[in-house]
Amino acid sequence: MGKAHKLVQWDPHNVKEKLLEKYPPKVARKRAKQIMINEALENTTPEIVANVRTIPGIITMRGCTYAGCKGVIMGPTSDIVNLAHGPIGCGFYAWLTRRNQTDAKNDTNSNYITYCMSTDMHDSDIIFGGEKKLAAAIQEAYDIFHPKAIAVFATCPVGLIGDDIHAVARNMKEKFGDCNVFAFSCEGYKGVSQSAGHHIANNQVFTHVVGSSTTEKNQKFKINLLGEYNIGGDGFEIDRILEKCGITNISTFSGNATYDKFASANQADLSCVMCHRSINYVADMLETKYGIPWIKINFVGAEATAKSLRKIATYFNDQELIDRVEAVIAEEMVAVSEVQKEVYPRTVDKTAMLFVGGSRAHHYQELFKELGMKTISAGYEFGHRDDYEGRDVIPFLKTDADSRNIEEIHVEPDPELFQPRKTAEELAALKKAGVEFKSYDGLNPVMDNGTIVVDDLNQYEAEKLVQLMKPDLFCAGIKEKFSIQKLGVPMKQLHSYDSGGPYAGFAGATNFYREIDRLVNSKVWNYLKAPWQEKPELSATYVWE
Amino acid sequence: MLLRHTPTEIKERKALMINPAKTCQPIGAMYAALGIKGCLPHSHGSQGCCAYHRSTLTRHYKEPISAATSSFTEGASVFGGQANLLQAIENIFTVYEPEVIAVHTTCLSETIGDDLPQIFNKAEKENKIPKGKTVLGAPTPSYVGSHVTGFSNMVKAMAVLAEPSARKNGKINIIPGWVEPSDMEEIKRLCTLVGTRINMFPDTSGVLDTPLTGKYSMFPKGGASIADIRDSGSGIGTLALGEWCSADAARLLDSKCKVPCSVLDMPFGLKATDRFIDILRTVAGTSVPDEIAVERGKLVDMISDMHQYFYGKKVALAGDPDQLISMTEFLVSIDMHPVHIVSGTSGKKFEKRIKEITAEMECEVNVKAGGDLFLFHQWIKNEGVDLIIGNSYCKYIARDEDLPLVRWGFPILDRQGHQHFPTVGYKGGLRLLEQILGALLDRRDRDDPEESFELVL
Repeated sequence: MGKAHKLVQWDPHNVKEKLLEKYPPKVARKRAKQIMINEALENTTPEIVANVRTIPGIITMRGCTYAGCKGVIMGPTSDIVNLAHGPIGCGFYAWLTRRNQTDAKNDTNSNYITYCMSTDMHDSDIIFGGEKKLAAAIQEAYDIFHPKAIAVFATCPVGLIGDDIHAVARNMKEKFGDCNVFAFSCEGYKGVSQSAGHHIANNQVFTHVVGSSTTEKNQKFKINLLGEYNIGGDGFEIDRILEKCGITNISTFSGNATYDKFASANQADLSCVMCHRSINYVADMLETKYGIPWIKINFVGAEATAKSLRKIATYFNDQELIDRVEAVIAEEMVAVSEVQKEVYPRTVDKTAMLFVGGSRAHHYQELFKELGMKTISAGYEFGHRDDYEGRDVIPFLKTDADSRNIEEIHVEPDPELFQPRKTAEELAALKKAGVEFKSYDGLNPVMDNGTIVVDDLNQYEAEKLVQLMKPDLFCAGIKEKFSIQKLGVPMKQLHSYDSGGPYAGFAGATNFYREIDRLVNSKVWNYLKAPWQEKPELSATYVWE
Repeated sequence: MLLRHTPTEIKERKALMINPAKTCQPIGAMYAALGIKGCLPHSHGSQGCCAYHRSTLTRHYKEPISAATSSFTEGASVFGGQANLLQAIENIFTVYEPEVIAVHTTCLSETIGDDLPQIFNKAEKENKIPKGKTVLGAPTPSYVGSHVTGFSNMVKAMAVLAEPSARKNGKINIIPGWVEPSDMEEIKRLCTLVGTRINMFPDTSGVLDTPLTGKYSMFPKGGASIADIRDSGSGIGTLALGEWCSADAARLLDSKCKVPCSVLDMPFGLKATDRFIDILRTVAGTSVPDEIAVERGKLVDMISDMHQYFYGKKVALAGDPDQLISMTEFLVSIDMHPVHIVSGTSGKKFEKRIKEITAEMECEVNVKAGGDLFLFHQWIKNEGVDLIIGNSYCKYIARDEDLPLVRWGFPILDRQGHQHFPTVGYKGGLRLLEQILGALLDRRDRDDPEESFELVL
């Protein structure tokens, strides 16, 4: 690592060629469309193929629909009993492995996040059907825990044998009366990645929970925070900042979420979308059904956090809030700048590659910029074209067979609860003041000319990219971590962080600065060769000379 | 309280598993397959299974875990996964160039009824398997058994490759079962010391404990070669360590290749290691060197030195059957009292063995095969213990009940060292005792009032 790498020259076109050269022709043709050299063409964003099937046999970084639904979206909720209907593995692997933190400060103090529940289907359930077992399991969970809600997740075999999990859920809900039971058809094989699972989860939460709360939220400046999963305590830090500013986050989807928070999301004045990929459609539905406008925000990076807070304050157009936000930013930035100043000389000009699930591959670039680091290659594990090219492409996205399997729900203004938060004039004025609504430009525009954007990067390409371009840091998930590190390049997990956090907000930024400093400057990378390997030739000297 | 909703009152559950002490077959098959030299494990199903198994194994072993998947989407689930697997085999041999692909099924491909041998035949006919390369497969439906069953099934699939021969190779086949790479290394060392020539499979040492050098090889030097696995049919005998993990493969070698087998307990602790060494020298016709006797003596010495801290202490254990049987025996042999024992893997035989091992103890023993950590926790709530031994998930119980925990078994996600330091054999016994004593005395140092806080305990 270090100096030698700075001398390496590479041409992105050569790199792309190298990535593809070993593939069978069919595979190469397909992958060529998913590997894009960012050439920042004037007024147009280069097109990339995304959200298409993974190639069998090619070692993918992706997971499945169930992982997106149970693992990512519903996993972080605290007072909902999550029950996986299937063989034991699916429940087991999604048990506490994403480092979602919870504080269980909900009205019942219920917190089921440490529990893994499963129907543990056996072969007889596969042969004779698992509906009875599911109903019995829901009953047992109800008897032991008396939760407000039980969520049921379908795994691969459940879809194949045709268990009607929704009917079972409906019946049990009726039977209990005081416990909402709803189900997710999130079989692993649906769709092409976790992304389909996010969609299924969000749609069901929107259908079965949102808008059902009877508690009225009377605070000022109420927002929803969409697409924040409280990994390593990110959500806690964001909430701390919001609270300090006088903004009330009434519902996070779904870090440290509670049933009631979901249920009252319709009462917010504004929705703020953090992870665009996992949840943009919920923001749209909240707007259509309840009249809540949405903006894209980003709390990863100190500058991004400040920008996002200002955006929210501008939206509310309240001088007191605007002043308070400025005061908070000024106060918080003192510590941030101190750490940044200390770390910067050691991180400046280092290069990074970011291959993370959804928006993180974009968001973290802001943090790296604050460290003077350059992102030379990036991409999403389960992004769609709009995540790369911006929301303007949405009307032009083709629906293929795999996307068609994922239910789209159509919503209309709620006859009682719809209430536009701003008039058309107010919205126009805000737009003029720089608040973009329903807008996201995607990853490509922020990346420099000549950088390489890769969708659904796989292990082979990751290894090649690292060998060819020798970044100072590689960011991806746990599966990629050790093969990259064996190559002598530090690897930071940005899915569930490995360790550490929070990395969002102001305190998070300083944590991240220090973590990156540690990673790119660790002495360990100097120890890869033993002294006798550095200079293998023998010379006629004696140790006592 | 992290598990604040776990009630003390135990009610029978028929349908709901809470906090499992097991996981599913394919992950075991994947781990076993990594013990073949030059092998890429392949998961025949939707890609999430493979991702989950790789993630969990990666977190446990802190090593790259390469494995491919058939990446089923809805179409494959309806029309069968043959096309996906054929395409995968072609892609894998072209891009990654492994010597072997070891395919295991998932609940998805099992439910739709994909027939692996038939698909392999087709791949062979279509020249998708390069000359000299091997594709093997094991059925591992997730809805049968547990990760232990999957491990066993993949090891059995290896034994299928064994070729019968009239000429014996003079080697003993060792089937080590699901132990750490460090344990497999230690088993090999002990065999060498006893002077036996062995053929061990699977062997993850040298695969999942590789050095950091700046180079990455998807197929490191370690692992049991296909040639050696085939040659196991010419062995003079097979020692299968662990009924659940290894016996099926050993019995197959016996019936198919007439290689006689003995099924032993995994050599954890004093007595199980004694039996292992004793049978090793008997089968091989060698004598046990002094070096091993010295190692053994050191373990006995440590037991005597530490005995006052162990005597009568109650322990709760959760894990896999083969490991638990030997561990329970070890604890009993040092006069500790294993009182709650849960295996997530089913099997009445397990409960029977534990009852036999613990029969000499005067206290009651709760044992359940096919149990879960929720029940385990409830038992502990009802009758407290001094120590928990189990995987990382037990830390939630340990914290809530304020009990020391020794991490042992699978998976260990929050500690390291297990992949490098063996717990099998006499040396492994020393390490186990060190960990147990450390856990007990750290707790005493924390809890003792100041007036009885002592330098020399």
